[in-house]
Amino acid sequence: MIDFTEEQIQRYSRHILLKDVGVEGQEKIMNARVLVVGAGGLGAPVSLYLAAAGIGRIGIIDADVVDLSNLQRQVIHFTRDVGRPKVESAKEKIQAINPDVEVDTYHEFLYSGNALDIISQYDFIVDGTDNFPVKFLINDACVMAGKPFSHGGILRFQGQTFTHLPGTACYRCFFKEPPPAGAVPTCSQAGVLGAIAGMLGTIQAAETLKYFTGVGELLTNRLLSFDAKTMQFRTIHVRQRPSCPVCGSQPTITELIDYEQAACDLKKH
Amino acid sequence: MIMAKIYVNGDAQQVSLPLNVTALIKQLLIESPEMVSVQVNEEFAEREDWDSIQLKEGDKVDFLYFMGGGAILVES
Repeated sequence: MIDFTEEQIQRYSRHILLKDVGVEGQEKIMNARVLVVGAGGLGAPVSLYLAAAGIGRIGIIDADVVDLSNLQRQVIHFTRDVGRPKVESAKEKIQAINPDVEVDTYHEFLYSGNALDIISQYDFIVDGTDNFPVKFLINDACVMAGKPFSHGGILRFQGQTFTHLPGTACYRCFFKEPPPAGAVPTCSQAGVLGAIAGMLGTIQAAETLKYFTGVGELLTNRLLSFDAKTMQFRTIHVRQRPSCPVCGSQPTITELIDYEQAACDLKKH
Repeated sequence: MIMAKIYVNGDAQQVSLPLNVTALIKQLLIESPEMVSVQVNEEFAEREDWDSIQLKEGDKVDFLYFMGGGAILVES
């Protein structure tokens, strides 16, 4: 049992007041370890809200540096951060919001060689990446390690998300393999309304907090998608696919795969 | 001609039967069908079964699309 300081009781009072959260729920949040993959459009709001909520340890992995074109949606980075590693910029903001939070930074790519090692140190993983090879990597690594994760995707005016717990539908139940390189545009190619990243990222942050506090029903076996043009939200019920190559009864994928990245996503010169 | 009401991504649509999933995809002018994932009545429909799945009154068909988003981990 954590002994809350006066300051913590005050800081988290709006959580503690919630009957479903209370002191116990807040303690669970403070004992939680979350890995945020990508400190971009989704990782920014996710990290800010998780920091404010008092998540005990937040790991952030991103090999990128802040670019001026990021600031339209990646609200954890400021104009003065342009050129800095995103993980450093994010860590600084997280700790400014809440010095209680411990932050691990990984200024590197997530790939088959480090994914399981890094993921195994956390209780919940948030997918905030833009590219399909890493989305599949996160999925496979989490399924193999038995870790829950929140999937998030945004494009133009739309977003979609679901939460995976061991034994529920995984990303490969929806999509067996990544689209061919370049076949599906990413935000960097097709654009995205900045606030969409905030809408989706805060849903992912809420799912993370629900997971730790046990409140309500997670977005498991359900894909939530919305179109901000009409502001219509829709939930599609999905089931775990028995023939899923990674979480099905006879998995054919037993090792992590580094898929080819679309050429247009590769490092700009 | 037999007409039936089916639900495509939650919206009711009148279609004429017989109609299989492949034909529905053509009829709806679905973009990049090789990239879409299909559910019929909340069960995933394997691509190789699209020709043989005959739709009927009240069926729910959902098309799921890839969506990226967030950070581009390989861009600098």
